[in-house]
Amino acid sequence: MRRGSTALALGGLAAALAFPLLATRVTWQNTAILMLMTAQLGVAWNILGGYAGQVSLGHAAFFGAGAYVSTILSMKLGISPWLGMGAGAVCAAGLGVLVGTPCFRLKGHYFAMATIAVGEIVQAVVNGSDALGGAVGFTLPLGETGFWGFVFNRSKLPYYYIALGLLLLTVGVNWLVNRSHVGYYLRAIKDEPDAARSLGVSLTRYKMIAMMLSAGLTAMGGTLYAQKELFIDPNSMLSTSLSIKIALVAILGGAGTLWGPVLGAVVFTGIEELTRVAFGGTGRGTDLVVHGALLVLIAVYQPSGVMGLFTRRTPPAVPPPEPEAEFP
Amino acid sequence: MTAPLLEVEGLTKRFGGLTANEDVGFTMREGEILGLIGPNGAGKTTVFNSLAGFFPPTSGSIRLDGVPIAGLPPEAVAARGVARTFQIVRIFRSMTVLENVMVGAMLRHRAVPKAARVARETLAFTGLSRRQNDPAGQLTVAEQKRLELTRALATGPRLLLLDEVMAGLTTSEVHEAVELVKRIRDRGIACVVVEHVMEGIMPIADRMVVLENGRKIAEGPPSAISVDPVVLRAYLGEGYLAPGP
Repeated sequence: MRRGSTALALGGLAAALAFPLLATRVTWQNTAILMLMTAQLGVAWNILGGYAGQVSLGHAAFFGAGAYVSTILSMKLGISPWLGMGAGAVCAAGLGVLVGTPCFRLKGHYFAMATIAVGEIVQAVVNGSDALGGAVGFTLPLGETGFWGFVFNRSKLPYYYIALGLLLLTVGVNWLVNRSHVGYYLRAIKDEPDAARSLGVSLTRYKMIAMMLSAGLTAMGGTLYAQKELFIDPNSMLSTSLSIKIALVAILGGAGTLWGPVLGAVVFTGIEELTRVAFGGTGRGTDLVVHGALLVLIAVYQPSGVMGLFTRRTPPAVPPPEPEAEFP
Repeated sequence: MTAPLLEVEGLTKRFGGLTANEDVGFTMREGEILGLIGPNGAGKTTVFNSLAGFFPPTSGSIRLDGVPIAGLPPEAVAARGVARTFQIVRIFRSMTVLENVMVGAMLRHRAVPKAARVARETLAFTGLSRRQNDPAGQLTVAEQKRLELTRALATGPRLLLLDEVMAGLTTSEVHEAVELVKRIRDRGIACVVVEHVMEGIMPIADRMVVLENGRKIAEGPPSAISVDPVVLRAYLGEGYLAPGP
């Protein structure tokens, strides 16, 4: 089993490395880049939303933080977006602590609702701030091209390989977390927070670790997006629909599994692009209707995510107990 | 006479107008088994939750080795060597039996391989080794209770709080649980045992504390408690007491 999955991972990596060299059509390459970038966001979200079970619907705030920090550093101070990417990650992790400090007191749906509010607040602040480009946003100057400038206009290939590298980094962080005591603690917190506390697990501390990693990695995806599109505005970087998409990709693929969000991104982006090609241009949003219908079908027939098709999960023999009345 | 491991003094817990515990006090030595009994609603679980840090007491003090622990959060109390089980089991259902116990072991051993080794040893001690790779949710109720106990034991506690670990078990399972609690005591770990199953607690307890309506009404060795008229009245009611000699 373990040898099989290692072989599968290496095979997948080889296919991913070779793909843009074989599929030379720009539309295909663009779709593949989109898939990789979406996958990276889903995998980053998964640390907090999947393993720790803290469903965030405000991750666009971290995505935007990464894009805005690197863009402003590059435009105002001429700092390379590569360094900006690191700075963005640090800022987003700090923002994560600010968000987590009040929001981690909330449980379940209430945490999710609070993160929506945070996302909306960040969007409103950026929209109203001239220094942050307001509602108009920033068009990134076509300055230094090439690797250090993080702008490539001859070919999409560099973006593809950077997106792949960032995805691998994010999967790697996920893998390391999962194998360390932090991963065990996060799953324990998700299953039974009170039991975890009775075993010495500080809920705040470990949720915060998950939040900082998740926010930081999401921000790095934001910098990549800004450098690829060379245009950022609140609508494309900070919208709640983007936050929902990030969560959806991970949940659709299989939250709390290492490769689920990657699979989810491939399926999600695939459906999105195919329906756009097949049903787009009718002017009536048919593609969005079909897209939505397919998502509903997956949710109904494969609730454990696409990943559930590959891993047989044994249902618990005993149903989970009713919440214990702590009253004497 | 060594200093007591645990000293509880004047422990009072109120929820709004309801007093769940009032002026409860007792002490425990190392390696002692204390039975905590009382009718339903007597406040046994509330005492537990206060000891384990889940409720800050309204007033009163709890000292472990002379150090006050009342009001500390559960994770800090656990780090000081107090472990507990829950009345209704709270196992980690997405994990295997071994992983459940590893989470407990990680309190003292952060490295995963070391935690796994400690967890296997603890599972061997409690007799759950053959189930170690099964999903925790597939265990029987008796095994789930034993898993919770194993997980608590893996934290390396000095004081173990067992909340009705024998409730709902068959007679032979109760016997096994009794033997296990004795072996835990023999390791020098003190146990507070909340129990309704009298044949489970009477033979092993060094002392019993009886609660009724949140107050301590009796304390003493099991032999004295079982004939104490105050205790019998609390359990059976006034009209059922046999006339005295």
